[in-house]
Amino acid sequence: MVTTAPNNLVYERPEGFTDTPTHYCPGCTHGVAHRLVAEVLEEMGVLDKTIGVAPVGCAVFAYNYFETDFVEAPHGRAPAMATGIKRVMPERVVFTYQGDGDLASIGMGEIVHAAARGENITVIFINNANYGMTGGQMAPTTLPGMKTTSSPNGRDVETQGYPIRVSEMLSTLDGAGYVVRRSLHDPKNIRLAKKAIRIAFETQIRGLGFSLVELLSTCPVNWNMKPVDALKFVEEKMVPYFPLGDYKLSAGAAQIKI
Amino acid sequence: MTRELWKGNEAIAEAAVRAGLEAYFGYPITPQTEVLEYLSRRMPELGRTFLQAESELGAINMVYGAACAGVRVMSTSSSPGVSLMMEGLSYIAGTEIPAVLVNVMRGGPGLGNIAPSQADYSHAVHGGGHGDYFPIVLAPASVQEAIDLTVLSFDLAEKYRSICMIILDGSIGQMMEPIQMPEMKPIQRKDWEWATNGKMGKRERRILTSIYLDPYAEEVTNLRLLERWKHIQQDEVRYKEYFLDDAEFVVIGFGTAGRVALSAVRAARAQGIKVGLLRPVTVSPFPHKVIDELVQRVQGLLVVEMNTGQMLEDVRLSVKGRVPVEFYGRLGGVVPFPDEVLSEIQRVASSRLSLEVNPREEWFERMMAH
Ligand SMILES: Cc1ncc(C[n+]2csc(CCOP(=O)(O)OP(=O)(O)O)c2C)c(N)n1
Ligand code: SF4
Ligand SMILES: [Mg+2]
Repeated sequence: MVTTAPNNLVYERPEGFTDTPTHYCPGCTHGVAHRLVAEVLEEMGVLDKTIGVAPVGCAVFAYNYFETDFVEAPHGRAPAMATGIKRVMPERVVFTYQGDGDLASIGMGEIVHAAARGENITVIFINNANYGMTGGQMAPTTLPGMKTTSSPNGRDVETQGYPIRVSEMLSTLDGAGYVVRRSLHDPKNIRLAKKAIRIAFETQIRGLGFSLVELLSTCPVNWNMKPVDALKFVEEKMVPYFPLGDYKLSAGAAQIKI
Repeated sequence: MTRELWKGNEAIAEAAVRAGLEAYFGYPITPQTEVLEYLSRRMPELGRTFLQAESELGAINMVYGAACAGVRVMSTSSSPGVSLMMEGLSYIAGTEIPAVLVNVMRGGPGLGNIAPSQADYSHAVHGGGHGDYFPIVLAPASVQEAIDLTVLSFDLAEKYRSICMIILDGSIGQMMEPIQMPEMKPIQRKDWEWATNGKMGKRERRILTSIYLDPYAEEVTNLRLLERWKHIQQDEVRYKEYFLDDAEFVVIGFGTAGRVALSAVRAARAQGIKVGLLRPVTVSPFPHKVIDELVQRVQGLLVVEMNTGQMLEDVRLSVKGRVPVEFYGRLGGVVPFPDEVLSEIQRVASSRLSLEVNPREEWFERMMAH
């Protein structure tokens, strides 16, 4: 076993993680997103009062990995479940972790209304442009022309419609306090993503309304790409279609300094 | 205690409040909407949670979340809305947490109408959502009984970590009757050993889910649910009986059909017909044992429902062909009149009944002949 001298230790399992190894495919950025959330909850000292809501999707087992209470919602319904939890325990920290099929397709009703109500919950939204768990079908976020198992010739917008830009859409709602898009394709962007996740949870704790961080994410397995190529795909193809930025920064959220 | 005049739906709402309802999530649908409207005033006044959800999908999943937190939570709806809730109900059942749902049934299928119906019996009693589970289902026949069963439903749901559904039809929801309200109970949030309400420095983390990827683990869960159901069947069967001691014929009906049948049974008694009434209060667990005992001393049964004979199937299961079973049903939101049930009782008491006939087909032919 390799041991590391404490002063050389630059990286270790955050306290927000359990000891369970994640089940994600090699090179998948779900794991990165998990880690950021775990670090933020640990740094904020709120692990003890946090309840997570897992989706149906590749992150269905998210409840195995976080050192917090967790529930597992029906496909797309996580924001409604989180609403039920938060409303009866407003002093707790409640977050959902959802994929793009879960949030932007089957669960579009639930997410829009949670945002419109200004529900004091935080949503971590993983946009990987496909349905990872079921083997790579077209998602509402699949890029025009992108091949998936259910758009084998590439997404034809004439018949299969256009991708949905969730952050932009939700930002029009008055109940939304903090809605931003970040990407996980390189270390710099990962750091920015972490900061956004922190602000999102701070938004919730200060009662400033609904907060959501959309994270552009990879699915190398279903994209048929090597992990590095998948990161490049995010940078070169996804970021142009889903521009990074702060789509809703309420006056309150803008005051948050970290 | 004084008796007050209350409308069914509002009485259910207030009874739930007095039983310690901490959170309500619902969506408007006739003939249930008064519950939602009443609680939209009452819950905030008491500092409790009321939320009109974006849909019944939203409502039931809010219930699911609040139930995971361990609070007394309820939703109410009517048939089409309850169809939408079936996904959530299945998850709640699979997660083994308590929740109360009231279905003020209306005519269907589809959009149907808003008239009183019992057509969701099978939907409620035999599950409705996907997977193997067994909901407790209570069927009141009066406003007072709706109140009492609402209070009971929370206790049953918590005792068995189960869904408890109350099915009534729009007429009970809408009618006004003199009733007695229970005492207001203070909210006592229990620290359930399963609730996901935050570790708060006191315990290991908890997970609530309905997922068992390993089929053997799911089988163990299914067996656990079944075992729990056996206790429920053993201990929680409730029914009302009228004039059964010397009855030669017995009418069986739940909810409003049972109530209408009681008037008919009284009228028949006045004519010297030895008929009684069995009114299941828990339609799930179903009073199979009572029927089994009755079958050994009566000449025939008449099942009366406001559907095409959904409970009839459960009655026939207990009868096992030992005595003739007859059926009378009205459909689509039509409530039978006592006179109609009386003439059915007269018909049953005066004809030579056969074990061979299919009661639903015989009834169908009589209906079509009219
Ligand atoms: C009601 C329902 N419909 C369909 C499914 C099947 N299903 C499971 S996961 C999934 C898609 C998940 O995709 P996404 O939300 O994008 O998550 P990812 O796996 O990509 O992270 C689907 C359709 C289901 N479990 N439940
Ligand atoms: S299928 Fe895609 S999203 Fe799911 S774990 Fe594998 S790489 Fe990640
Ligand atoms: Mg996805």
